[in-house]
Amino acid sequence: MATLNGTSNGHGKMLSLTLQIWRQKNSKTKGRMEEYKIKGVSTEMSFLEMLDMLNEQLIKEGKDPVAFDHDCREGICGMCGAMVNGYAHGPDEATTLCQTHMRSFSDGDTITIEPWRAKAFPVIKDLAVDRTSFERIIQSGGYISVGTGGTPDANAIPIPKEAADRAMDAAQCIGCGACVAACPNASAMLFTSAKISHLANLPQGQVERHLRAANMIRAMDELGFGNCTNHGECEAVCPKEIKMENIALMNREYFGAMM
Amino acid sequence: MATVLDSKVPSGPLGEKWEKHKFESKLVNPANRRKFSVIVVGTGLAGASAAASLGDMGYKVKAFCFQDSPRRAHSIAAQGGINAAKNYRNDGDSVHRLFYDTIKGGDYRAREANVHRLAEVSVNIIDQCVAQGVPFAREYGGLLDNRSFGGAQVSRTFYARGQTGQQLLLGAYSALSRQIHLNNVEMHTRTEMLDLVVVDGRARGIITRNLVTGAVERHSADAVLLCTGGYGNVFFLSTNAQGCNVTATWRAHRRGAFFANPCYTQIHPTCIPVHGEDQSKLTLMSESLRNDGRVWVPKAKGDKRRAEDIPEAERDYFLERKYPAFGNLVPRDIASRNAKEVCDEGRGVGEGQAVYLDFAASIARVGENVIRDRYGNLFDMYAKITAENPYKTPMQIYPAVHYTMGGLWVDYNLQSTIPGLFVLGEANFSDHGANRLGASALMQGLADGYFVAPYTIGNYLGGTKLDPVTANAPEFGAVENDVNERVNKLLSIKGNKTPLAFHKELGKIMWNECGMARSKDGLESALKRIPELREEFWNNIKVTGEAGEFNQQLERAGRVADFLEFGELFAKDALVREESCGGHFRVEHQTEEGEAKRDDDNFAHVAAYEWTGKSGAQTRNVEQLIFENVKLTQRSYK
Repeated sequence: MATLNGTSNGHGKMLSLTLQIWRQKNSKTKGRMEEYKIKGVSTEMSFLEMLDMLNEQLIKEGKDPVAFDHDCREGICGMCGAMVNGYAHGPDEATTLCQTHMRSFSDGDTITIEPWRAKAFPVIKDLAVDRTSFERIIQSGGYISVGTGGTPDANAIPIPKEAADRAMDAAQCIGCGACVAACPNASAMLFTSAKISHLANLPQGQVERHLRAANMIRAMDELGFGNCTNHGECEAVCPKEIKMENIALMNREYFGAMM
Repeated sequence: MATVLDSKVPSGPLGEKWEKHKFESKLVNPANRRKFSVIVVGTGLAGASAAASLGDMGYKVKAFCFQDSPRRAHSIAAQGGINAAKNYRNDGDSVHRLFYDTIKGGDYRAREANVHRLAEVSVNIIDQCVAQGVPFAREYGGLLDNRSFGGAQVSRTFYARGQTGQQLLLGAYSALSRQIHLNNVEMHTRTEMLDLVVVDGRARGIITRNLVTGAVERHSADAVLLCTGGYGNVFFLSTNAQGCNVTATWRAHRRGAFFANPCYTQIHPTCIPVHGEDQSKLTLMSESLRNDGRVWVPKAKGDKRRAEDIPEAERDYFLERKYPAFGNLVPRDIASRNAKEVCDEGRGVGEGQAVYLDFAASIARVGENVIRDRYGNLFDMYAKITAENPYKTPMQIYPAVHYTMGGLWVDYNLQSTIPGLFVLGEANFSDHGANRLGASALMQGLADGYFVAPYTIGNYLGGTKLDPVTANAPEFGAVENDVNERVNKLLSIKGNKTPLAFHKELGKIMWNECGMARSKDGLESALKRIPELREEFWNNIKVTGEAGEFNQQLERAGRVADFLEFGELFAKDALVREESCGGHFRVEHQTEEGEAKRDDDNFAHVAAYEWTGKSGAQTRNVEQLIFENVKLTQRSYK
């Protein structure tokens, strides 16, 4: 821990690193790993700030900066993500890449950085991938079919706190795709089940629960995601700690739909 | 020659205006709606809710976002909650009280009728969200829980742990996804609006760039809605997402939309302090933490002892001391200025630019588990960023740029000065005056998108004779050429300085001269340095890569170029507004106690700037604010 007298807002230690980064011009060309050296990386920096620094350096050297997706940089938008030393979102548990800080690395380390790898997530450029397939899964049924207006008073249907809490646990999914990237089968079951579970735990979600499960699972299969064979890699890398219990619940919903 | 701005506020008593206006609005019959097309730019709370609602009504909607999914818009990061005048606590809340608190919190610089409408529809928002499956916090009896927020003495804030924005956006996103599935909305992700097309004086389309292929494309419609958020990133360091930018609204401004009150910026009091030069963003710690956290610094200057070693008697709980009625829950502008003041006195903690937010008393009172239940994810986030445990050591916080109350000028219908161009959410100037209260941004975004725009856009489409326009019209070609020229120019300069370097330099000028305390000298200096920096930008920018590819450097360069024009207007507005109000604090205008001193005789108005063809040469137009239902007083939270 980089604490000194209870404060951590100093400039931290400085690291020199070797980076092995996947470079791929676009979806049509083949990619390859390239090596870069970077010095003066403060342990207080976030991982993406380290990449910003690398890119400024590459631009000065006349090279093409590394493309990577990111937006909020506070772990909630789900836009960022990469395999770091083989782990989705890097070494820290329950942490997105943007919230991973360089204090998790040591001076002299070699860090490999690769994009999510899955048939359903084609590479756009370097570390940026196309996750439109996740959109399709949600569009196939990840909602309660209500239009705007005409809804009952918010307190008309009491919801037990435990059910609301379970729904919230599942609803925290940020749709980053780490679960797919970590899964040997590139399965989207953790992602899909989180939405199914969120809505199945609420009274408002009951009416469509079986149809929802059937439609979302069909979409998931058609989009080229694999199946779950209980490796548990998805849960291990999930930055929001979404649990595999959701997959069990999804399977129950699916059987319900098939009956 | 100044233009007269017509706010189109309906006549009649305040509480009846919206009902009356809805009744008098033109309607479009359901079968005819599919003949009208609407463009929605941005998919945050305002954009996603508007696109979903308009799609549901039967309009042909095209929606656009620069992220890879509508779900990633920065509304997702809002933490603490959403206000609504439900009065579920039986603690004296009402539509009128929410209206009054918002007007007062905004330091009497917002339009009464808009704010009252916002308070009225706030109650529908919660109903809508619950029906969508938003998992708001509940009590053991199964009913909704509430918490308190700054600037209010009632508990009217609904929340979903510390991720309320996420859950509300996912609700709106789910409604939008359903409309995409039903083919009512055509969704364009990774697509950025680069200009607005005006035909015969009306907004009829946009020019976009596909961020993956670089293709510049034309899109025509009968109305255009900008729901593109705020411009906090003009300061470089802010709590905004990296991609947040002013381009859509700025380009619309250059095509004729007036820009209102650009200097109104909210500096949020509780953010994690800056750690170094390479920092790319600041992270907010929700205002809700001030429900249970106490803000303090040592009484003595330069006290370097650890927090736990400073005895109670040697601590200054400065907000509780100065504002006993509201204590730690004073509005954001006041909390921020007081934090700056104690740090400027040399009593800051950590590196000097920080104050403590201490939970020890609450943990002792209700237990660590209850605190974890309320704020667990925020505490985790703090620990990840700082490597400190806030359950044991007080958090260190400092103010940071968070929200912008200014935006494109709109009338009561949320229509800008360009007919057919509507502006929703943070992108407009309308509801928060000079300071926004906590948990009101989510309320406004969803109010505009779910419950206001669907009526006012129907009124426009139903009441206007619109000639058919296609993307082949010559106006589209002309604007497309402008966009291409600009993109090519950025790439052709091949200078020595990166977009990031320019952005940081602009941010420093803005923070030092246009930040929490603004002076005539500082603003004049900014007005000199920003155009110089802009000049340097257009001679020395280095943008790598090409136009026809995924090019994040080019994206940033275009956004920084617009910030370099916008920043100048910002400083100009701050200089002309010779008063202090809400988030706009001019050091020349303060009370003896150091509070903001308004000048209602000369500045109880909205400043709306009109583009005249050259950056910095805008005409300042005025909409006089008329207060018929509240009495203007010096804001007091003591």
